[in-house]
Amino acid sequence: MNKPIRTLAVGCFALFAMLLINLNYVQVFQAGDLNDNNSNKRARDAECSRERGAILVGGVPVADSLRSQDELKFQRTYVKSELYAPVTGYFSCVYGTSGIESSQNSVLSGSDERLFVSRVIELVGNKQPKGGSVLLTIDPMAQQAALDGLNDLPGDTRGAVVALDPQTGAILAMVSTPTYNPNGIANHNGAAAQRVWERLTEDDPLRRLNNRATQERYPPGSTFKLVVAAAALMNDYSPDSIVKGGTTLDLPQSSDTITNSGGSNCGGNEITLRQALVLSCNVSFGDLGLKLGADELQEQAELFGFNEDFFDQLSNAESVFPSELDEPQTAISSIGQFEVAATPLQMAMVVAGIANGGDVMRPNLVQEVRSPDLEVLEGADEEVLHQAITPEVADDLTQMMVEVVENGTGSSVQIPGVSVAGKTGTANSSAERLPYAWMTTFAPADDPEVAVAVFVESTGVGFDDVSGGGIAGPIAKRVMEAVVSR
Amino acid sequence: MSTAVATPGRIVSAFVPRKRRGAELLLLVLALLIGVGAYALVGLGVNDEIPTDTLEYGGALVVLGVACHVAVRLTAPYADPVLLPAVVALNGLGLAMIRRIDLAELADDPDAKTFATQQLVWATLAVIGFVATLAVIRDHRRLQTYTYTFGLIGIVLLLLPLVPGLGVTINGARIWIRAGGLSFQPGEVAKVCLAIFFAGYLVLKRDALALAGRRFLGIDLPRGRDLGPILVMWLISLGVLVFQRDLGSSLLFFGLFVVLLYVATERPSWLVVGAALFVAGAYLGFLVFSHVQSRVDGWLNPYDDIDRYYQIVQGQYSLAWGGILGRGLGEGTPELTPYAWSDFIGTSLGEELGLTGLMAIIVIYGIIVERGLRTALVCRDSFGKLLAVGLSVALALQIFVVLGGVTRLIPLTGLTTPFLSYGGSSLVANWIMVALVLRVSDHARRPPPDLTPTSANDETAVVKLR
Repeated sequence: MNKPIRTLAVGCFALFAMLLINLNYVQVFQAGDLNDNNSNKRARDAECSRERGAILVGGVPVADSLRSQDELKFQRTYVKSELYAPVTGYFSCVYGTSGIESSQNSVLSGSDERLFVSRVIELVGNKQPKGGSVLLTIDPMAQQAALDGLNDLPGDTRGAVVALDPQTGAILAMVSTPTYNPNGIANHNGAAAQRVWERLTEDDPLRRLNNRATQERYPPGSTFKLVVAAAALMNDYSPDSIVKGGTTLDLPQSSDTITNSGGSNCGGNEITLRQALVLSCNVSFGDLGLKLGADELQEQAELFGFNEDFFDQLSNAESVFPSELDEPQTAISSIGQFEVAATPLQMAMVVAGIANGGDVMRPNLVQEVRSPDLEVLEGADEEVLHQAITPEVADDLTQMMVEVVENGTGSSVQIPGVSVAGKTGTANSSAERLPYAWMTTFAPADDPEVAVAVFVESTGVGFDDVSGGGIAGPIAKRVMEAVVSR
Repeated sequence: MSTAVATPGRIVSAFVPRKRRGAELLLLVLALLIGVGAYALVGLGVNDEIPTDTLEYGGALVVLGVACHVAVRLTAPYADPVLLPAVVALNGLGLAMIRRIDLAELADDPDAKTFATQQLVWATLAVIGFVATLAVIRDHRRLQTYTYTFGLIGIVLLLLPLVPGLGVTINGARIWIRAGGLSFQPGEVAKVCLAIFFAGYLVLKRDALALAGRRFLGIDLPRGRDLGPILVMWLISLGVLVFQRDLGSSLLFFGLFVVLLYVATERPSWLVVGAALFVAGAYLGFLVFSHVQSRVDGWLNPYDDIDRYYQIVQGQYSLAWGGILGRGLGEGTPELTPYAWSDFIGTSLGEELGLTGLMAIIVIYGIIVERGLRTALVCRDSFGKLLAVGLSVALALQIFVVLGGVTRLIPLTGLTTPFLSYGGSSLVANWIMVALVLRVSDHARRPPPDLTPTSANDETAVVKLR
């Protein structure tokens, strides 16, 4: 009977070997994924009781972990919380994370591979592991100016501001109102945090947790004419090319018409492209869109970043330029209506691309990633997303936009001694609510330092008092001044 | 240990008999250090201080260990020296981990039910059973006389939980009996009885069952008329699956029988027949019974329904959280896994002792199985061989099924982790199994009786032995 017993011994060995191999697979190879799983309370609690790294703006922490007396050891605390909430997001042991807290979690929590060496040192020294810190690209002055600008409008204002460094894509300011206080969500007191959370999530009509700058899309209105003008200039038009003017454009295949704001005739039946942009002439751009065709418009819009998710540092909605448009839809889309929808970040990228000689930079919020002992692990990413237009076209467009500010609808962003380029937008898609006010602009026009998009969804003024230049313009001006004067 | 001594004219494989009790004592001291040390570390990890009752606890463990050692010295002096220390080490680790879960539960609720003290009582009973087995059964071959008695007892024990009023259903499985406030899992003891029965039965029937039948695909299949016993065993196993909803025991009993059939007859074809029947039974069970389907689904797609397969998912998180080196005793949160002190004690140990510690535990199990099979190899009588193989293989299968289940290597089945899990019936039965293996081993390693005549005064000898 000894032969079968020996065979059996081999069989038992195989069973035990399978157990050992499987255990290695689970505890070594799968361990990372299992620990990252959202439902893993062990990993989550440990993350909560770890000293999380700070989020810095201008070298000063805006989110930090302070020692607390309860069992979780550290309380995430936000400074100037409402100013930075759209960017930092929140960190909660119960409700999860958002914003930079979410996208930079591996560094902040200390689990990032680049922190491996310091983790080993902490392990050997029997110290609690610490997270690294993240320095944001935000300019505190510009950020404050943006929020003040929105808050200074009468009543409760819903809106968003984005400011970019056109040359690098660095996000200098990003605010959204109404905002919220992430300290309330991060609170270790479960009942208090739950009240805040329920108030913010359960059918909140103000959608305070949404970052309107990146998560919500709105019809861009006349600011979209920049994209149409860019497409025209790329297709052998010049600023002095003659386009259709007049009071109305009859849409083909339908009885609908496009008219101009205030019923004007844009100064004649034949005007230059330059004049059409300066006066934001709907008739001209509707006709121009028909002549260029929907495909051409879509291609140009996509070169600026439409229909693409180019940003992973915050929750980001793709801006939309729809496909397969018929002719009336094409004409209406050319003035930034119909189903064309853009985030304020997207419109800031359009003007930033023009400001940067046609190169649209990928937006970036992270200036530096630092280890717990302040060693810089990673600098800012500078990456060209697309070359949307040629430098020559960019120059032409800039000149036209300067005229918009100097002689046209954008006079509210004029800054003494600084040449400013801009384009306004007022999108009244329904008679039941206030029109959306837009301002897209950059300065100085000859050597751009900052590109800004301001979007106001609603504020405390009457229907007829809403215009891009009047409502959004002054805010854009304050933000540009904060950057240019530094 | 065994050396081949060549003398002119013949070759004899001679086993050099050594008692090795000193080695056992040394290993036992190590094993006790592991057990008591783990207990102290649990207190240190949870409460930042060595538990004040460490001395009493350690004393109790030492008394139990030494009692076993003395019993082996007196009644089985040639027995294998590794088995006892290995078992003591596992039992000590199990006790420490159960205590650790107790502490976690007490931190949440000062009135929580605790298990460690009760388990220590069970361990004492188990050791009494161990000593009694060694003391009463002085020669394992006497068990063979009672082959059918053990078979009957085994079947009755298996069926007991189905008796109305006596059996209780816990977590869907009807494998418990409750009488006078005590609950008991008779299947664990049935396992021992059936191992004895299978061994005795197969010693008698092996010649008939070894006859070859038709040849198919290069293997000699058994004769059709000899399929009776395996089919009966198959039906009994299916019965356990159907009426007791106990996947693990069902697999264990059937696997044990098939393996012993193979060893007794030396015919691999029995393995083929057994595997075919197993696959058929498992597939039938999967088609018909929702509890089998749910186990398979929980094995393949636990993350699709984290609430439903909470336990297996928590077990995986527990293992991952332990990683390579573990969180350290008392430093993890194994109590998040339901039944962390019984069915899932494997993952609890994996979380706090890590891959390293859990692999060491599996290797200790491997050593126990290996020593058992080695005993079978050197044993000189067929019954002893089959008994040692049966007990070792039952242990190996149980470890594979339960540890494989909680680590998601195979679908989860409800079996206890031998020597580690909380549970009296399991502990007592497993200690008795070890006592039986030691008994066979003592017999196998003993020097053969000296049959050489005293040649000096041949003329006075009445009978010549040569």
